[in-house]
Amino acid sequence: MCSGESKTNYQFPGTKVGRLRAVFVAPSATVMAVLFFAPLLIIVAYSLLSRGPYGGVMHPWTPENYRRVFDPLYGQVLWRSIWIAGAATALCLILGFPLALYIARAKRHRTLLLNLVMLPFWTSFLIRIYAWMFLLRDTGLINTALQELHVISQPLPLLFNTGAVILGLVYGYLPFTVLPLYATLEKLDPELLDAAEDLGASPWSALWRVTVPLSRSGIIAGCLLVFIPCVGAYLTPDLMGGGKTVMAGNLVQNQFTTARDWPFGAAASLVLMLLVLAIMQILRRRSEELL
Amino acid sequence: MPADRGIATKSLSFQDEAPHWGSIEIQEVESVLELRALSKHYPSHRAVNGISFALQRGEFFSLVGPSGCGKTTTLRLIGGFEEPTSGEILLAGQSLAGTMPYQRDVSTVFQNYALFPHLTVEQNVAFGLERKRRFGKRDIREKVENALALVQLSGKGRRKPNEISGGEKQRTALARSLVVEPKVLLLDEPLSALDPKLRKEMRSELKSLQRRVGIAFLFITHDQEEALSLSDRMAVMNRGVLEQVGTPRELYQRPASRFVAEFLGGLNWLNGAGVRPEAVRLSRERPGDGSRCLSGVVESSIFLGNCLHVQTRLEDGAACVAELPQNGCQFEPGEAVHVFWRVEDELPVSGH
Repeated sequence: MCSGESKTNYQFPGTKVGRLRAVFVAPSATVMAVLFFAPLLIIVAYSLLSRGPYGGVMHPWTPENYRRVFDPLYGQVLWRSIWIAGAATALCLILGFPLALYIARAKRHRTLLLNLVMLPFWTSFLIRIYAWMFLLRDTGLINTALQELHVISQPLPLLFNTGAVILGLVYGYLPFTVLPLYATLEKLDPELLDAAEDLGASPWSALWRVTVPLSRSGIIAGCLLVFIPCVGAYLTPDLMGGGKTVMAGNLVQNQFTTARDWPFGAAASLVLMLLVLAIMQILRRRSEELL
Repeated sequence: MPADRGIATKSLSFQDEAPHWGSIEIQEVESVLELRALSKHYPSHRAVNGISFALQRGEFFSLVGPSGCGKTTTLRLIGGFEEPTSGEILLAGQSLAGTMPYQRDVSTVFQNYALFPHLTVEQNVAFGLERKRRFGKRDIREKVENALALVQLSGKGRRKPNEISGGEKQRTALARSLVVEPKVLLLDEPLSALDPKLRKEMRSELKSLQRRVGIAFLFITHDQEEALSLSDRMAVMNRGVLEQVGTPRELYQRPASRFVAEFLGGLNWLNGAGVRPEAVRLSRERPGDGSRCLSGVVESSIFLGNCLHVQTRLEDGAACVAELPQNGCQFEPGEAVHVFWRVEDELPVSGH
C-alpha cells in the first residue's frame, strides 16, 4: 500500500515501501559492512600505525609508511605490476577477440565452444600453473623434446622470467576476456555487417569500422576483468617468475609474512587499490564519452 | 536524365499489346540489370525458381508478392549476400558471378535500415565514400551535404540514429545508399516499418526522389497498392516464379493469371468471369441496357470513408463485393438487388 501515487520509482525512506526495501537490503548490506568495509577500515588504521616487534601493529600513529611506499625502490614494483598487467591484458584482448568472434558467429556448437573456454575453471588454478612449470622448465617437456629432436643443444630459459609470468597470467585470465566479448558480439546485428559490405567495405574493413566500435563495452569489461586481478596477482609471479619478478601482490604478501611489517603492507595495498580505482574511473569516463 | 525518361516512356507505349518480358521488347538499350533464369534452391524448398527480367536505366521497378514468395531472396542474390544455384545476374552487361557485395555497384536499403548506431547521420551517409582515400575530405563533406539535402535531412547531420524518427532513419538509409551513386538501388520493403500516414507521404517523396536522381530503383514490397502507384513497370512473384511482368495498368487490367488478378485487387467471380469490385454495380430494378446481370441479396454494407463495400450473396451461393461511391444509393442488409457489370470489365482470366 503506497501513500498516494509517486511520479518516480524512487520511494523515499520514510514511506512504507521504502522501509520494506530497507528490510530486504539489510542482509546484503550487513555482509558488505562486516566483511568488506570493516576490514577496509582496519587496513586503513594499520597503515597509519607502526610495526610491532614480532609482527602486528602498535602505536605511535605515523604517516611514514606512505612515504616509504613512494620510495623509488617500491615505485619500481608498482610500475612493474602495471606494465605486466597491461601486457597481459593486451595479449588477452588480442587472443580473446578473434576467439569470441569465432564463437559468436558459429552457426552450431556455440554452447559447446563456450564450455570448452570455461573448462579450465573446473580444475585448480595452482595445479594448472604447476602444469605450465612442468612444460617450461629446463628439464621440462618442451626443452627435453627439442633437445631430443636436436633442434637445440642447450635448454631454453622458458621459465622463471617476466615472459613466463605474463604467459601464466594470460593463460589464467583469457576466459575473462572471451566471455564479456562474446556477450557483446553475440548481440551485434548481422545486418549491419551486410550494410557495411553493401556500401563497399571489405570484411576486414567492416570488422574495424563496425564490429570493433560496437563491441567497445565488451572490450572495456574484458580488459577490466583481466587488468585488476593481474595488478594484484602474487601466485603467478611467485611461481612462474621464481620469486625474481616482484609485483605489487608479492610485495604486500611479503610484508604480512616474512618481513613482518604489517603497516607498510597495509599502506602498499591501499595505494595499489587507489591506483586501480583511478584507472577504472578514467576508463569508465572514457567509455561513457564514447557511448 | 531526360534521355532515360524517354526510354522508360517508350516502353509504356506498348501498352496495348499483350504483356511480355521487358528484355525482349527493347533491344537497342542495354538494360542496367538483367536476371537470366536465376534460381536459388535450398534443401527444403526452392526460394527462387528460374526468374528472368530486365531493369531499364532510370526505371522504377517493383517486385511484389506475398510473404515467402522469394522476393527478398532475389534482392539478396542481386546484392551479393547469397549465391545463386543457377542462372546469371548481369549489371550493365557484366556478369556479377563470383563478385562480393562490396565489389558490386548496387546499393541496398534494408527493411530495418541497418543504420550504424555508433555513427552520426553524417558519418553513416559518408560510410560508403570513405574507402581507400577515393575522395578527399572536402569532396566527401560536399557529397554528404548534397545527399542530406536531397532527402530533406539538412541540419540533422550531427544526430545519432537513436535520436531521429522512423521516417528520418529511412531517409538517412536512402541518402547513405544513394551517395555512392550505384547503378541500381535495391529497396527491401523500405516503407513497411512506417505508420500508414507516413507511408503514403514517403511514397510520393520516394517517387520524386527517384525521378530527380535518375537511378534505377528495384523496389520490393508485399503491398500491391504501393507497387501499383510507384512503378514504371512491375512484376508479381509467387512461390519463386514471376507470374507476370509489365506496367501497372497492364497487370491490373489484363492479369495473366488468377493469382495476379486476385493479388492486385479485389476480384469477384461472376458467371465464370473475373470482375473487379469497382466495376460491379447494384440496382433495385433490373437494368435494361444489356449488361450482364445476376440477382442477389445484400449481406452487409461497410462504410470505408471514401467508398462503400457492399457484400451480396448471389442466387448461386457465391459472394460478391461491390465498391460503390459513399454518397450514392445506400443498400440495407436483406434487400434484394440486381448485380450488373459491363462485358468490357471482365478480366481475361479463367476462373480456376
